[in-house]
Amino acid sequence: MSIVTVQLGQCGNQIGFEVFDTLFSDSHSSQGLCSKRENEAYQASCKERFFSEEENGVPIARAVLVDMEPKVINQTLSKAAQSGRWKYGQHAYFCQKQGSGNNWAYGYSVHGPRHEESIMNLIQKEVEKCDSLSGFFIIMSMAGGTGSGIGAFVTQNLQDHYAHSLKMNQIIWPYGTGEVIVQNYNSILTLSHLYRSSDALLVHENDAVHKICAKLMNIKQISFSDINQVLAHQLGSVFQPVYSAEGSFHYRRNPLEGFKDPALYTSWLEPVDAFNVWKTQRAFSKYEKSASLVSNSQFLVKPLDMIVGKAWNMFASKAYLHQYTKFGIEEEDFLDSFTLLEQVVASYYNL
Amino acid sequence: MTQSVVVQIGQCGNQIGCCFWDLALREHAAVNQKGIYDEAISSFFRNAVLIDMEEGVVNEILQGPLRDVFDSKQLITDISGSGNNWAMGHKVFGSLYQEQILEKLRKSAEHCDCLQCFFIIHSMGGGTGSGLGTFLLKVLEDEFPEVYRFVTSIYPSSEDDVITSPYNSILAMKELNEHADCVLPIDNQSLFDIISKIDLVVNSGKLDTTVKPKSLVTSSAGALKKQHKKPFDAMNNIVANLLLNLTSSARFEGSLNMDLNEISMNLVPFPQLHYLVSSLTPLYTLADVNIPPRRLDQMFSDAFSKDHQLMRADPKHSLYLACALMVRGNVQISDLRRNIERLKPSLRFVSWNQEGWKTSLCSVPPVGHSHSLLALANNTCVKPTFVELRERFMRLYKKKAHLHHYLQVEGMEESCFTEAVSSLSALIQEYNQLDATKSMPVADIPRLSIAM
Repeated sequence: MSIVTVQLGQCGNQIGFEVFDTLFSDSHSSQGLCSKRENEAYQASCKERFFSEEENGVPIARAVLVDMEPKVINQTLSKAAQSGRWKYGQHAYFCQKQGSGNNWAYGYSVHGPRHEESIMNLIQKEVEKCDSLSGFFIIMSMAGGTGSGIGAFVTQNLQDHYAHSLKMNQIIWPYGTGEVIVQNYNSILTLSHLYRSSDALLVHENDAVHKICAKLMNIKQISFSDINQVLAHQLGSVFQPVYSAEGSFHYRRNPLEGFKDPALYTSWLEPVDAFNVWKTQRAFSKYEKSASLVSNSQFLVKPLDMIVGKAWNMFASKAYLHQYTKFGIEEEDFLDSFTLLEQVVASYYNL
Repeated sequence: MTQSVVVQIGQCGNQIGCCFWDLALREHAAVNQKGIYDEAISSFFRNAVLIDMEEGVVNEILQGPLRDVFDSKQLITDISGSGNNWAMGHKVFGSLYQEQILEKLRKSAEHCDCLQCFFIIHSMGGGTGSGLGTFLLKVLEDEFPEVYRFVTSIYPSSEDDVITSPYNSILAMKELNEHADCVLPIDNQSLFDIISKIDLVVNSGKLDTTVKPKSLVTSSAGALKKQHKKPFDAMNNIVANLLLNLTSSARFEGSLNMDLNEISMNLVPFPQLHYLVSSLTPLYTLADVNIPPRRLDQMFSDAFSKDHQLMRADPKHSLYLACALMVRGNVQISDLRRNIERLKPSLRFVSWNQEGWKTSLCSVPPVGHSHSLLALANNTCVKPTFVELRERFMRLYKKKAHLHHYLQVEGMEESCFTEAVSSLSALIQEYNQLDATKSMPVADIPRLSIAM
């Protein structure tokens, strides 16, 4: 079964590239530390999920790239093509000229509807190339305008058109000390909309990944490239094939099956059931042994609470609101978002 | 790729504009070795409109090294000039040339695939730049409402030799308040101070350090001599560098891009408060090739010092509404973060925007540098300039000095003056109210309470 990835905005596209690169390198790594048969099963399973085959043998990523300005997409497409090992589909991207100006309202209310047909057509094409669709992986940031606004819009659309497929959103939580001044507005609008249409939100905080680079990896001058590679490594290890219930040599057909496990989402669990282990013998990305933890915990309440708090403070003074109302996002829309997120925060705190 | 159209008006506007094109060419030539017009430079080049109501400056441009770049279709000139009279520029030449101006602008816009922004360059103290320049703003707003209007305005210093400059400036400010999206105010005195500072370093001839000539923020393209032909050249180059850095992230690639529409979005929390104080660092690069991180950090510190502001202002001791840091060159996100953390405690941000930073990283540095920083601050430190301007205005207006030159122009009445000064007073009042919150403790507004 296959996953179709949608990469949105500068962040989404930069990360998306690293993820595919990591997945590819890992599956072709010669240090699987397992038997040949095992390796072949692994490779076959991996390839099907994320890549489709081309006549001349270069695998094509099952991805759609979306951005409202051309620079990043151009870079991403050429980086992949230059590697010679894998590439993106020649026409698998949608691009405009002007960008979304860090404005969620512009992304959601203007770009989204305007380009809905083109973007959904591209996704449909990718879906048709799959023998069997497992679900969607949407990579986006919350702080900007395209990833956040169009990301929310597209996820909603996917909910309408592909109701039975799993939609997982990889969202990038911005640094606490601004990258974008209106990032808290963009974040709460994104989260409240995704909450209604996404099945799972996989969160990575820039601050946390930055700390990993600094403290655990000892990188002196950390660049976004470093951060994205760490992120891709984490994501890759979660998505690579793992054994199904039948045991060794049989890889799970559906890569997102583990995420459908309701145990992941309920709030009351016996400790013995709390951990669900997905195993494989094969090494990941040259690490002899590795473990990844995907958890639904209260970890995220504090950052969420902080973002809601800061956004609320700004909202109370009405700062920047004119930038949103001019594109159709009114104060009521903000209030709806705040209400929903306060409920989420309260639910987590009540556990 | 988006395009911008540069409109340079009046003597000051055109002289700065020339420096800008000069440096822009140099920058793109350095990046694109073949010297062919690449996509990035076509982002600006074909689209300039030069306006002046006397011919001297524009003629010089057409005879100088940039003569192949502009053609006569992009020019609008007259002979007599505006006599340092805003009313002449705005009312007389405005109505006379409105059609022509519109026509040229429409042509420029047609050449653009995707027109994003108009850059207007002018001075406030004279007649053409100030009067016709602000007339143009209203025309742009009506004709191209979706396109941003970024105005670079040179404010008169207190020792300005044009007596009526306070009148011209305040009449112009009302238009800026109402029709500009973003204004970058600059004053000549600050530019002059920056030049003096550079000269001091360059001429001090310290033993081990020599300054790379091309790296001087005041240097012209290819000029290796420190003397400038015209007295304002050095100052104009500083402003030209400002515009280059402002647009760098839109023209070149980087790991965290910042487009022009993002500047307005992030730095203008309320429509009237759109005056951004700018500072450029470094002012020069030493020939010493190894730049230790300490020097990189110095660049960030300098951006907040009042000596580096392009306007007489002290942002550190006033209140920030928002701040943008546009970094170019070999600087990574960790350097940016380290410096923000370091400088934050000494800066005061308004209560509802405690972390009001907008940042961008562009990989291509300016010519002669390995990295550079442009800081744009929406800060109440602009207030003293406006207050002083109003005082100078009132000193003249109370005596009705030179008023007849304005009132005899058709369409001008005393109400134009009183409305203009009210508009400015209202703006000053907004800044006053914000400043009043400076010393108040930051109280959290009570959140929505949800019944579970």
